[in-house]
Amino acid sequence: MIIKSIEDLKEVKEKYEPLIKQRLGHRNGLGLTQILVCSGTACHSSESREVRLELEQELARRGLEEQTRVVKTGCFGFCEYGPIVMVHPGEIFYCQVRPGDVRELVEKHLIGGQVLERLLYHNDSTGKRTQTIEDIHFFQAQRRIVLRNCGVINPEEIGEYIARDGYFALADVVLHKNREEVIEMIKKSGLRGRGGAGFPTGRKWELTAAQDIRPKYVVCNADEGDPGAFMDRSILEGDPHSVLEAMTVAGYCIGANQGFIYVRAEYPIAVERLELAIEQAREAGLLGKGLFGTDFDFDLSLRFGAGAFVCGEETALLHSVMGQRGEPRPRPPYPAQEGLWGKPTLINNVETFANITVVLREGWEWYQGQGTSTSKGSKVFSLAGKIYNTGLIEVPMGTTLRTIIFDIGGGIPGNRQFKAVQTGGPSGGCIPAKYLDLPIDYESLKETGSMMGSGGMIVMDEGDCMVDIARFYLEFSQDESCGRCTPCRVGTKRLLEILIRITEGQGEMEDLEMLEELSYDIRDASLCGLGQTAPNPVLSTLRYFRNEYVTHVRDKRCPAGVCKALLHYTVDEEKCIACGLCAKACAAQAITGAPKQPYRIDPEKCTRCAACVAKCPRQAIQKGIRKDVADLGGEAGIYAGAGDTENRATL
Amino acid sequence: MEEKLEYTPGPVIRKTGQLYDNPEKEVEKIKLTIDCREVTADKGMSVLEAARLAGIEIPSLCYLRHINETGSCRVCLVEVEVKGTKTLQASCVYPATAGLVVHTTSPRVRRVRKTMVELLLSDHHRECTTCIRNLNCELQNVADSLGIRNLKYTGEMKALQVQNDNPYIVRDYNKCIKCRRCEAICSKVQEINVYSALYRNYDTIIAPAFGQDLSRVACIACGQCVLACPTGSITEKECIESVWEALEDPDKYVVVQTAPSIQVTLGEEFGFPAGSVVTGKLAAALRRLGFDRVFATDFTADLAVMEEAHELLERLEGRGKLPLLTSCCPGWVKFAEHFYPEYLDNLSTCKSPHEMFGALTKTYIARKEGIDPEKIVVVAIMPCTAKKFEAARPEMGTGEFKDVDWVLTTRELARMIRQADISFPDLQEEEYDSPMGTASGAGAIFGSTGGVLEAAVRTACHLTTGKEADLPDYEELRGFSGLKEAEVLLKDRKLKVAIAHGTGNARVLLERLRAGETFHFVEIMACPGGCVGGGGQPIYGSRERKEVSLDYRHNRADALGRIDAAKTLRRSHENPDVLRLYKEFLGQPLGEVSRNLLHTCYTPRGKLPGFQFGGIKGSHAGHALDNMPDT
Repeated sequence: MIIKSIEDLKEVKEKYEPLIKQRLGHRNGLGLTQILVCSGTACHSSESREVRLELEQELARRGLEEQTRVVKTGCFGFCEYGPIVMVHPGEIFYCQVRPGDVRELVEKHLIGGQVLERLLYHNDSTGKRTQTIEDIHFFQAQRRIVLRNCGVINPEEIGEYIARDGYFALADVVLHKNREEVIEMIKKSGLRGRGGAGFPTGRKWELTAAQDIRPKYVVCNADEGDPGAFMDRSILEGDPHSVLEAMTVAGYCIGANQGFIYVRAEYPIAVERLELAIEQAREAGLLGKGLFGTDFDFDLSLRFGAGAFVCGEETALLHSVMGQRGEPRPRPPYPAQEGLWGKPTLINNVETFANITVVLREGWEWYQGQGTSTSKGSKVFSLAGKIYNTGLIEVPMGTTLRTIIFDIGGGIPGNRQFKAVQTGGPSGGCIPAKYLDLPIDYESLKETGSMMGSGGMIVMDEGDCMVDIARFYLEFSQDESCGRCTPCRVGTKRLLEILIRITEGQGEMEDLEMLEELSYDIRDASLCGLGQTAPNPVLSTLRYFRNEYVTHVRDKRCPAGVCKALLHYTVDEEKCIACGLCAKACAAQAITGAPKQPYRIDPEKCTRCAACVAKCPRQAIQKGIRKDVADLGGEAGIYAGAGDTENRATL
Repeated sequence: MEEKLEYTPGPVIRKTGQLYDNPEKEVEKIKLTIDCREVTADKGMSVLEAARLAGIEIPSLCYLRHINETGSCRVCLVEVEVKGTKTLQASCVYPATAGLVVHTTSPRVRRVRKTMVELLLSDHHRECTTCIRNLNCELQNVADSLGIRNLKYTGEMKALQVQNDNPYIVRDYNKCIKCRRCEAICSKVQEINVYSALYRNYDTIIAPAFGQDLSRVACIACGQCVLACPTGSITEKECIESVWEALEDPDKYVVVQTAPSIQVTLGEEFGFPAGSVVTGKLAAALRRLGFDRVFATDFTADLAVMEEAHELLERLEGRGKLPLLTSCCPGWVKFAEHFYPEYLDNLSTCKSPHEMFGALTKTYIARKEGIDPEKIVVVAIMPCTAKKFEAARPEMGTGEFKDVDWVLTTRELARMIRQADISFPDLQEEEYDSPMGTASGAGAIFGSTGGVLEAAVRTACHLTTGKEADLPDYEELRGFSGLKEAEVLLKDRKLKVAIAHGTGNARVLLERLRAGETFHFVEIMACPGGCVGGGGQPIYGSRERKEVSLDYRHNRADALGRIDAAKTLRRSHENPDVLRLYKEFLGQPLGEVSRNLLHTCYTPRGKLPGFQFGGIKGSHAGHALDNMPDT
């Protein structure tokens, strides 16, 4: 059916609403059992597709297809415990359901009418099993505004999105509002770009709308490249139409008729859902010519990224959309002035677009009441690292790190100490324990030397070496540098080399100064955001964990026991029972021994893989400081940065 | 619908014809503050342009005015004050706006700028003393002016194979600073698109597709990239040593010829201003170097005009395709062979003048002077790298002899003169040898855009009317506009002629031909400005001459015009030596001997000639290439 009016939308909504209402807890006597199976990437990778197929077969075998329905949904966020299966009515929340569990689930729950205790969430601290989402700590401090449809609707069914009031905002805008009004609403809402820099979204729309040149374009940046970040992916997988709707509204407001979604080719499920969503929206007349019977045309198409981090930078993204090498260019001119094919182009991130529909549906007055004074609304974070509940969360701006890490995330496993949390991906920094009570928003994170970024959050405990962390992120940034400007191409390489020197015990105290100086120069001089923020992991760890650097340099010791070159594995002769398991496990053949005699590890051959440690039944293998370096103490080496003899010769 | 989207290039891309500022254009003036001085600039200028206009020097490396304005190298960073906060901005791309406050030498600017150059040097094979660009290198100059004495940051360096599998251009990736000027000039001015960035991060190289050697891609060998390169990363393939060897060999009879434009550019290598005419000193220097005969290609230029004018008349009579396209520029010929093979029949069959010269030397001169042609070595001093390619073409020979044995660029000749410790400015002027040393004015103007066509028209007019009429003034054929068109009256017939220089403009013209427009005679030169802007001409990179614009080509072309105007003989058919050559040896234009010696044929080459995977071997960039499937 072609939707031409709000009445048409209402008709669709009425059709699907009972299903949705039941999923939201209404006991509406539908006479139908709905089984929701998460089909996000994380659950998919732990066989949720197989679970779903198995469920369908089992139900068919038992003749239950009539009164049950299996529904694909987007991400619940509780990825650590996937695959997630939820049964309505009753909102019973099952975790870690394997295909082998399906038969029992059907027998016990659907036929027997009893909850299958074994698959419920088990709260380790209370020792109790809980049935519903409300009882799970992970969900309690969250507020799902942007993610409100994820885990509720079937992302492959446009009707279910409409039943959640989807496309009503678009209809209202196209039929009843003029563009200035809408832009004013966005401006008043205080919404800021969720891509990282936090530029006011309404201002960006206004700038693009003010250009006189036609055609104009709307671009959605779905090139989520930070390691460990998957907010945008979850939105696209769980609620693709919210992005489509917002982009169409944007097209109406700025005067564009064509939009592009630049999505990573590494997100196959998101790509598939987007393609389907675009097709369904076109069939429903919500994309294409003459929307809602007006003369407004808008269509969308996809462009695929090939996994270059720099293509998340807006000008590089534009080049890539046009089929050119993904490299940034200097701004001004900004994309709002000269973007795709030299025409004014509006670029927003996935989460920003998802927020637009919220603002339009709930009203700007409501929206600007959420969050902190400078940062409105909520923010989606992906939680990862040394934490119990890894997954996807959404909290209001201004939530403290402590709430996120210890309440929602469940704290650090293994009774270990919290050390730092890394936000903002390779562009961000590490925030130490003293800022745990900091309410987070764009400004506060920036003050700590980190940044909001796209919302990746990686928790580190005492077993993480901060120098090594800095090295890891810098390695990523250097690898992803497009190679255009000098500071990013060569500077980050040299910075990385200094860090590697330090982690290998060849650092000098002057290296710390050089690290700092070069970091500042790279930040000052780089052409685009990638280079300007690449030194952040180095600067923030230097700022909060300088002593760790000093220990690496002066004592040639890695306190966390991570930096391999500074480690020394030895066999405790008292404990060793000469079982020989360690020698068998050693791929480098560094361990030798004879029956009834303690085994020995040759430090020259040892690659510090720690395979022997894992195999030893008596915990007889110990990790310690490397003797040879330790003996040299602080005087070691002639590795001063001023260039070794070889380099001097070529000078 | 997106399939129909039209690609409009970005903001700074301009056509070659606009390489030169249009002085008549009215521009709004703005005032801004640079280093506490109020300066006036044109609206639309970058901060760098505004500063240089005001005499404030900001060092730069990747910037090539109107060609490469990308802010890549970050050497031209300046501090810009906006609303009280100072940020570092690349001045070459930051727009100069009214009221802007700029600091070009603040401590922060100096520190960061120095770091940038140190970083570049840390990834640059610093073999300055043995480098071909020693003392004429922009990187060297910038490093010197920033006072870099010690590299703070050092580390891994590239060790990639030097690519020199072709006879014209050598590419040393280890000296490349990724300024991308070669890429810009090749894609935006010449529109050949040979170079692009390959790989990313520290491994980035600017290279032909898949790291191929230039001989395996559709490179036209024009050498504009050599002119654009600020360092010794792209250079001509030197053959100075071979020439020395020939000169030192008592059995060899070494004949040298100089292209028309050399006399107006060589002086620049020895401190003369652009546009100085040094014809006499050039002849003297060549004699000092030990060449047995010093001749001028201008002479065979006159000969080429005779042949080409007759060819034009023949084609106008219906024998052969029209329009007649000139063939004296080997870069353009290669361009046509790669990209417009359907027009190869339109190309004049005349060899280029220096090849005609070689062919005649080994036949006519050999016979006349009684020398065994096997002992003759022909050396050509050319403004051009493509001539090196042309000399190596199998078509360019008579029987067992190559027409031309060695081609030296203007720069190589200057190096030879320095190697021989000749004080060029102090040389007494000398005359060229006879018989192939004299030329008409028409031969001289071959060296700049429009010259060939004008020379041919001068002679064709005479041939059709049979009168020594007053020399018509072909004003519309001169000047540096990228594309020039005119109507020329030949007897009663109106001929439509066109001139393009720079292959970017050539493309425009050829597309118009493809679309069905009618022309009778078309001259195309591969390099902007013609031979005066050739890829073998002096490079402006030294401290004294760091102007990177292309404007100096005007001066050189003007000098050729002055030489022409000063001559009493200004038409090729008036050259008595040419007439004698026909009488003694060739018979008549387009006669049998000429056809054998002076004419050639062309080969379609395709856009991917000799393409194969697996380019550069070396420590970094090689890795991705090694995994490429073989085809």
